[in-house]
Amino acid sequence: MKELICIVCPRGCHLKVDEACGYTVTGNGCPRGEAYGKRELTHPTRVITSTVRCTGGAYPRCPVKTSGPVPKERIFDVAAALDGITVEAPVRLGQVVVKDVCGTGADFVSTRALPQTDEAAGGA
Amino acid sequence: MYDLIVIGGGPAGLAAACAAWEAGLHRVLIVERDRELGGILNQCIHNGFGLHYFKEELTGPEYAGRFVNMLRDTGVEVRLDTMVLEVGADRRVHMVGKATGYRVEEARSVLLAMGCRERTRGAISIPGTRPAGIFTAGAAQRYVNMEGWLPGERVVILGSGDIGLIMARRMTLEGAKVLACVEVMPYSGGLNRNIVQCLHDYDIPLYLSHTVTEIRGKNRVEQVVVSKVDEQRRPIPGSEMIFDCDTLLLSVGLIPENELTRQAGIAIDPRTSGAVVYENMETSLPGVFASGNVAHVHDLVDFVTAESQRAGRAAARYVLEGAGPEESALEVVSGDCVTYTVPQHIRPGRVEQGCELFFRVNRVCGPSRIAVTSGGRQLAAFRRDCLAPGEMEHITLPRALLDKADGAITIAVEEVKAG
Repeated sequence: MKELICIVCPRGCHLKVDEACGYTVTGNGCPRGEAYGKRELTHPTRVITSTVRCTGGAYPRCPVKTSGPVPKERIFDVAAALDGITVEAPVRLGQVVVKDVCGTGADFVSTRALPQTDEAAGGA
Repeated sequence: MYDLIVIGGGPAGLAAACAAWEAGLHRVLIVERDRELGGILNQCIHNGFGLHYFKEELTGPEYAGRFVNMLRDTGVEVRLDTMVLEVGADRRVHMVGKATGYRVEEARSVLLAMGCRERTRGAISIPGTRPAGIFTAGAAQRYVNMEGWLPGERVVILGSGDIGLIMARRMTLEGAKVLACVEVMPYSGGLNRNIVQCLHDYDIPLYLSHTVTEIRGKNRVEQVVVSKVDEQRRPIPGSEMIFDCDTLLLSVGLIPENELTRQAGIAIDPRTSGAVVYENMETSLPGVFASGNVAHVHDLVDFVTAESQRAGRAAARYVLEGAGPEESALEVVSGDCVTYTVPQHIRPGRVEQGCELFFRVNRVCGPSRIAVTSGGRQLAAFRRDCLAPGEMEHITLPRALLDKADGAITIAVEEVKAG
């Protein structure tokens, strides 16, 4: 029996997962908690958020996230995949920044729109 | 003359302005001091926003983006790069902006949505030298996530508020080494899920009942001294641990930003550091409303949105239907274990179906009973499996129940023995 705190939502339910009995989850407030409890003890995953270098916009960084959960043990590889990347404004919301990051099947996508600044547009 | 002037274009201001527009106000202005809307959400690039409101997990910029898009479909006016200097008792709003200069705008109603600020080193008086390398967690978050600077490489975090926890993970992902998160209380001030996904995931130790007792370093932070504290939060001599680090992040609380509110002569609740509000988020000054973190510090933006929509609708009602008759208000009293309540006053006549009531407890409680009493009689009771100061609670008081109240209403929490 393993005790976990569910991270699916801010409620933070106290889960009990029985590894010996087919990963039966108790203490969950919703079905997503059950799925989380099973996954956390079999193959834990996380959505990764970070930023990527951006030129021509109001800010030098553009926020991104993985389009789906990636294996927890790959977090640092996945984050490092952004190191050499530069995007150029205008950036659209949801624009793919890195496709199939580290072979996880998830893409890094932009989480905001960054319009081109007037100076960047004028200089082009 | 505007129907409504909203001060602040963060999540509270955006939700309130949209709701007021939908409720029929057509001369609405948002005044925002930053160069874009969205407020602090723009730097909160992590996910976990919107689970209640949108039923999906969004990042901060995505959550803000949705409301900015909704606002675009309305005719709400926005003034960016504009700072409000004063709100008069007559609802004349003084502002100064890059494009518009100094203006005084009149409004039939005003909504205060200025949010909050972080407590700093000065506010908690940490002894030691005064080197560079001490940041509030939110300032560090802005440097890392928006401006592209890493504030340091070896980091200690004081305080376990959510922003501190989020920054522990964020600094780690950006290559810094986070040595410890130190919390003076015996429990964390942040959400449990953030302890798990920001500290445990990255093997960052959390020292509860510990605090920073000295900062060392001449030009830059070189060391911090961390000591265990006793039950009265006094450092215990001999328990010192020394961390070699170049950065100290502070996540030691948020203070609603109410300079304008105080200046306007609006009553402030010392427990929330926000305006005293009625059931519809109206302040002591008729026609002036407050919602979001300026009224009381929230944990979740979803609740800021919901509260601000109520406030926006209430402002619309005030403008369209007038102030309404003078009504007696019930005072809401914080009983055992309850730190504060919002609202602080309820006018039962103004409550349609139910009145939402938010509060925090002052210690971690196991299975508990939330008792609502008035005139020595219990009006209602609610059960909870656990309550913690870091997690805002809320209950809904039905109108019928409020009509039975005799004088003040007391909200109290008592732990119940299991079994």
